[in-house]
Amino acid sequence: MMNKRSITRWVATGAISAVALAGLTACNTTPAADAPVTLTWWHNATSDPLAGFWEDVATEFEADHPNVTVEVSGFQNEELQRTLIPNALRSGDAPDLFQQWGAGELAAQVRAGQIKDISADVADEIDAVGGTIAPWQVDGKTYGLPFSFGIEGFWYNKDLFAQAGIEGTPTTLDELNEAVTKLKAANIVPIAVGAGDKWPAAHYWYNFALKACSPDVLSNAQANLVFDDPCFVEAGELLQEFIDSAPFQEGYLSTTAQQGAGSSAGLVATGGAAMELMGHWNPGTMGGILAEESGGEATPPAFLGWFNFPGIEGTDGDPTAALGGGDGFSCSADAPKECVELLKYISSVDVQTRFGEIGAGLPVTKGSEASITDPNLQQVLAGLQQATYVQLWLDTAYGATVGGAMNDGIVNLFAGNGTPEDIVTSIENAVATL
Amino acid sequence: MATATKVGPAVTAGPTPAGATKKKLTNAVRKRLEIALFTGPALIFYVMLVILPIALAAVYSVFRWDGLGPLVDPTCIEAYAANGSQGPNYCNRFVGFENYERALTDPTFLGAIGHNFFIVALSLLIQGPLAIGIALLLNRKMRGRAVLRLLIFIPYVLSEVVAGLAWKLLLLPNAGFDSALELFGWKGDKPNWLEPDLVMWTMFAILTWKYIGFAVLLMLAGLQGVPEELSEAAQIDGASWWQTQRHITLPLLGPTIRIWAFLSIIGALQLFDMVWVTTKGGPNFASSTMATYLVEIGSSRQQIGYGTAVAVILFLISLVIALVYQRFALNRDLEGAVTGIGKVK
Repeated sequence: MMNKRSITRWVATGAISAVALAGLTACNTTPAADAPVTLTWWHNATSDPLAGFWEDVATEFEADHPNVTVEVSGFQNEELQRTLIPNALRSGDAPDLFQQWGAGELAAQVRAGQIKDISADVADEIDAVGGTIAPWQVDGKTYGLPFSFGIEGFWYNKDLFAQAGIEGTPTTLDELNEAVTKLKAANIVPIAVGAGDKWPAAHYWYNFALKACSPDVLSNAQANLVFDDPCFVEAGELLQEFIDSAPFQEGYLSTTAQQGAGSSAGLVATGGAAMELMGHWNPGTMGGILAEESGGEATPPAFLGWFNFPGIEGTDGDPTAALGGGDGFSCSADAPKECVELLKYISSVDVQTRFGEIGAGLPVTKGSEASITDPNLQQVLAGLQQATYVQLWLDTAYGATVGGAMNDGIVNLFAGNGTPEDIVTSIENAVATL
Repeated sequence: MATATKVGPAVTAGPTPAGATKKKLTNAVRKRLEIALFTGPALIFYVMLVILPIALAAVYSVFRWDGLGPLVDPTCIEAYAANGSQGPNYCNRFVGFENYERALTDPTFLGAIGHNFFIVALSLLIQGPLAIGIALLLNRKMRGRAVLRLLIFIPYVLSEVVAGLAWKLLLLPNAGFDSALELFGWKGDKPNWLEPDLVMWTMFAILTWKYIGFAVLLMLAGLQGVPEELSEAAQIDGASWWQTQRHITLPLLGPTIRIWAFLSIIGALQLFDMVWVTTKGGPNFASSTMATYLVEIGSSRQQIGYGTAVAVILFLISLVIALVYQRFALNRDLEGAVTGIGKVK
């Protein structure tokens, strides 16, 4: 039975919980120096060696900074990038340090005032990273630091190439087409592509655009989202021609890129196809798939070789230009200053060298290159160093909205439904909705 | 039309002492308080988690918004106004019904709506009759009936994600499903079950496998409500098994069938998880539904405003179909439903 006193109690309880809730959301105040600080850190490593490596880095940082506690969590990449981080930023409860892919996405977060400007604090680190810092800068200010950067190219099976009688690796598009013809003649699937995941197919167009458009056009496209240069249509025409030569495995539209032996990486790893166009993480992916199939160690196949996407005669593009991307971290706007310290520690030569040694990717800080021992990754690194112009993955560069629409348009061409002009139209339509 | 919800005979708790008017008054007050107390918490949650989000979605849907930053930013507008300019899009993101126009002219979204209705139609035309047939068979006394019922019902109990992932892996070219077909004697080339022309049929087959158990369960429950005397009487009159089913069982199963169809239609319109896990709506949107389109284009691409416009369209389509169906198909079965009041009795 409800009497007056119990009503008062109800009201009081309600008021107390409301105050408690309000208190919870108001926890983002910056603490005074040396007061206990807890840093939350979100990254995309869900398995060893990288997940354990970040744990170690956090522990070392805690040992050097007794007042700091670091809470590290690893999340599945797409989940983290497309759902968790955007939602955390929207709700005003962002982690202090989090994975940052840079460029278009970063620009949107910066515009909304959600990222800490660290330009003044990391001047030395910026010097040590060199040109690869660009995607983590917006309007000349630095909003994050990369810890890994690599370029993509064709990962190929040396044994199958030998079997088909291909000598050396293709350096021009004509040579690539010849290799495709030879492989087909030897009854080998020339190229595996995971068009089911969209971006692996889209990367063909990126590379054709990279080789068809001059660096100036590409920089302008990234900065101002302008796509009126005819080279973007030319990229589609080159891709159309390439698709028409039927170099891909059967059913490539529904093939995924990285899951299991039936994926494009799996096809190459198990000898079912001769080549795959993919980023510098591919040996690791293939090793993982082989380990799943055999239950053994995660080692990449021994027959694996690498060559850069060939140049194209008679186009505006720079033949040594390369397409690449990387991973970094940003501090959220309200993060305590210790977040920047942690970021600097991650970027140090010591941590970067150990990062290279575990084989999780190419480190970026100068002085850590020596840690790369895998001959294929050494080749990727050489390609990166020789490249006169490095273009970031176009979908990352243009941001989620435009990048996604661009990938849709490209996959539509792969499906035989669109024209080279349609790709540019879908990009421009998406730009108009920003 | 009368009010949608009438406050029913409220909880009659506690002793009601007769006599004294003053006591009666406090009783009335107390009754109201009790109602408020019991419905209050649920009502607060309902408003917070259902009504408010729907209202907010309607608001967001008229903005071109990426979810970051304010919908309209006065300081940004002022800063640009100082230079005599209106400012870029992100200062004021209001766009009216542009998002709706964009959705309803996007061939990909129209394709997604088409896929939803494809599943609705096939569910009603194929899944329903199949479920009724299986239920009629399983309602007969026979050896191994319990095992058969169990086998048909098991997929329904499986988690959507587990089932979707299993099918995704089985249906890869030359993987488990194709090998199984080899065992059954299908030699030679098999189609790629997930290719654009075939993927919706494959999806329908998976959904039927997954949900037929639930339909059969409903039908079996409905069959329990058909009095045995009626069929016995018919049999005495010389009706065959088939005639008994056709003229006695099926008509009496009507309410169950209509409810099943309703659930099936709504389920097909809001279809998401199975498609998302198995194909992500691909290849190239060939199996996308309104809900997967919403997540892919709205949420993953950071177009929250556009995404909510799609959500509102999905909501309206479902609502209209649900109301029309209630009004015309279910009015005999659902007394007091929103659209039926004043008509029934």
